[in-house]
Amino acid sequence: MKTYLPPKFVVERDDSRCIRCEVCVNQCTFDVNSYDIEDDEIKSREENCVGCHRCVVFCPTEALTVRRNPLDYRENYNWRPEVIEDIIKQSETGGVLLTGMGNDKSYRIYWDHLVLNASQVTNPSIDPLREPMELTTYLGQKPDRVEFSSVGLKTELAPQVKLEVPVMFSAMSYGAVSLNVQESLARAATEMGTLWNTGEGGLHPKLYKYGDNTTVQVASGRFGVHPEYLDVARIVEIKIGQGAKPGIGGHLPGEKVSAEVAMTRMIPRGTDALSPAPQHDIYSIEDLSQLVYALKEATNYTKPVAVKIAAVHNSAAIASGMVRAGADIIVLDGLRGATGAAPKIIRDNVGIPIELALASVDDRLRQEGIRNQASVVIAGGIRNSGDVAKAIALGADAVYIATAALVALGCTVCQQCHTGKCAWGICTTDLWLTKRVNPDIGARRLSNLLRGWSLELKDILGGMGINALESLRGNRLHLRGVGLTDTELEILGVRMAGS
Amino acid sequence: MKEVVTIDGQGIFYRELNAKLRQAAWNGTQKIELRNVYGQRYIGTNLDKPVEIEIFGTPGNDLGIFMDGPRIIVHGNAQDGCGNTMNSGEIIIHGHAGDILGLSARGGKIFVREDVGYRAGIHMKEYQGKKPMVIIGGTAQDFLGEYMAGGILILLGLNLKEGERHKANFIGTGMHGGAIYMRGEVQEFQLGKEVGVAELDENDYLILKELVGEFAYHFGYDAEEILKYKFTKLFPLYLRPYGRLYAY
Repeated sequence: MKTYLPPKFVVERDDSRCIRCEVCVNQCTFDVNSYDIEDDEIKSREENCVGCHRCVVFCPTEALTVRRNPLDYRENYNWRPEVIEDIIKQSETGGVLLTGMGNDKSYRIYWDHLVLNASQVTNPSIDPLREPMELTTYLGQKPDRVEFSSVGLKTELAPQVKLEVPVMFSAMSYGAVSLNVQESLARAATEMGTLWNTGEGGLHPKLYKYGDNTTVQVASGRFGVHPEYLDVARIVEIKIGQGAKPGIGGHLPGEKVSAEVAMTRMIPRGTDALSPAPQHDIYSIEDLSQLVYALKEATNYTKPVAVKIAAVHNSAAIASGMVRAGADIIVLDGLRGATGAAPKIIRDNVGIPIELALASVDDRLRQEGIRNQASVVIAGGIRNSGDVAKAIALGADAVYIATAALVALGCTVCQQCHTGKCAWGICTTDLWLTKRVNPDIGARRLSNLLRGWSLELKDILGGMGINALESLRGNRLHLRGVGLTDTELEILGVRMAGS
Repeated sequence: MKEVVTIDGQGIFYRELNAKLRQAAWNGTQKIELRNVYGQRYIGTNLDKPVEIEIFGTPGNDLGIFMDGPRIIVHGNAQDGCGNTMNSGEIIIHGHAGDILGLSARGGKIFVREDVGYRAGIHMKEYQGKKPMVIIGGTAQDFLGEYMAGGILILLGLNLKEGERHKANFIGTGMHGGAIYMRGEVQEFQLGKEVGVAELDENDYLILKELVGEFAYHFGYDAEEILKYKFTKLFPLYLRPYGRLYAY
């Protein structure tokens, strides 16, 4: 069938700069560029271009420009090019439209409507360059009260995990991303005193040595879950849902199930790795509690158990149930949370913004007097340290980042993760491509990112006259809203700027 | 170090019971007798020793969850989630078992003398030599072998009357690996869309002979008598049942 899809991008090559080195030909994984030996010319099949800019970055003479195809359809706000093209794709395939990364639609980003406070005159700001600043965060259940005896603390504490920076790497499974990506994350997490997360693809034995900085996931597919996996981990996370695809499972396509992925997931090579939508031993809060305590038994009560859900309409009530079910950490993944593959219609339409979910969950747990019983970690679209500071002020204990981490490794958010052809070698298991991420360099880039954010967080705290992140946590008086309605301000628990 | 240790489960919470089990197993005990078990959960988890646990009473949910090595014999019925994500070892149940028997099991063997509940063998896996095996003497409820990605599931239907069908519908829905062997009658409409029906070949009979032999040994049956009847083999039609669902 002839496709009616027009090219999304235009590849422009400045012939006076092009030296026919064929770097663009070799770097492109979508078969855009080719060298015509007869004409001594590099040619482009623009209809294949996904706009990932791999060729642009690697062209040694900067001869390439990739820009959006202007696509001069008649203007129509309802029938935008994306809408038209989705219909074309489906009429040519009859399938569910797949996509990667997070929701790219224009839902309000509340972080951009929240501003932070700073000290002026009445309460001196602190210079973090010369005074100690503390970002240390402990995740885990906190006791209702503490008692001391003559020798020290009498109260028995639940297991706590110490983070030097309140930013962890969110779940990305081996299979969705490559082992080199996971190694980069693991090494950076270890260096920076935080944690990375295996996702539900199991843990490659090569990464066991980073166990103290590893959160392992137990999800509906139970891939790679075995006693040693639970033993090496620092935190065990039960994944109920994911922000990019609340309520649905995952299908890692057979072509991404390579020999090593098959070993780690314990399924035959080339079969689809199917993660069912529900966990079949969890149909209620009581069942969730059963799995939480199963994992505590299996790890002899030495590790916090986290439960991750997608932020949905009744998250606050669910979160209350999760805490009562025994979760030590609850994780909320918002509307903009990303994925290696999800139906586009789900990614773009299901779930609620993380800012609102966080505010309502934190409120609910406080109202019920159980906020201390679990740490709250949020995920889904955190872009910079400003977002982190606002999240902490709204009530989060820590945040997860995944897209930001991948961008640090080269990702340009071209949303082709589901194809397995990632030209940046990130979201693929193709051994030729995975070499494009060098764990030595990857770990350095990720550590640099976290170091930069840490310094900025300290600047933000210092400006507020606070010397410990703990003093900002849940302190919504440090936030003000700009351009928000009364209802939005009420849900966020934040006052209007100027009031 | 004692060869056999008896633990009384009367009136104690699972946390205490399992702590006692762990202590006994880590002390090198070979065999533990658990008396008066009244629904305590997670028995057999986190032991990683080839210890034998004989249970008298009714163990609770998630018996042998994440289990790695022990052998559990239950004189009574097991509840839901028996053998959940089990890695290796054996569970032998002289009675019935509840729902999701062997959920996501990665290895080991489970023998149930009587019937099992819904979704038995769901999402069992296998990798090379590591293969979970579940043998059920009676019949099962719906969604038997759902999402199965590997392993062997045998349903013997020994308690079915002459001409009586197995009860389950949607057998093998979403199955994409492993094999199900069924003795006794099953109709086409009871099967999931993703399974095919095949005659048994020589290799299948070898598998059956071994596993039914073990089953018969545990529960005092005559294996040859069981194997005389016709078996049906169910296999996954596709390795990628949902591979054609998507537009890229």
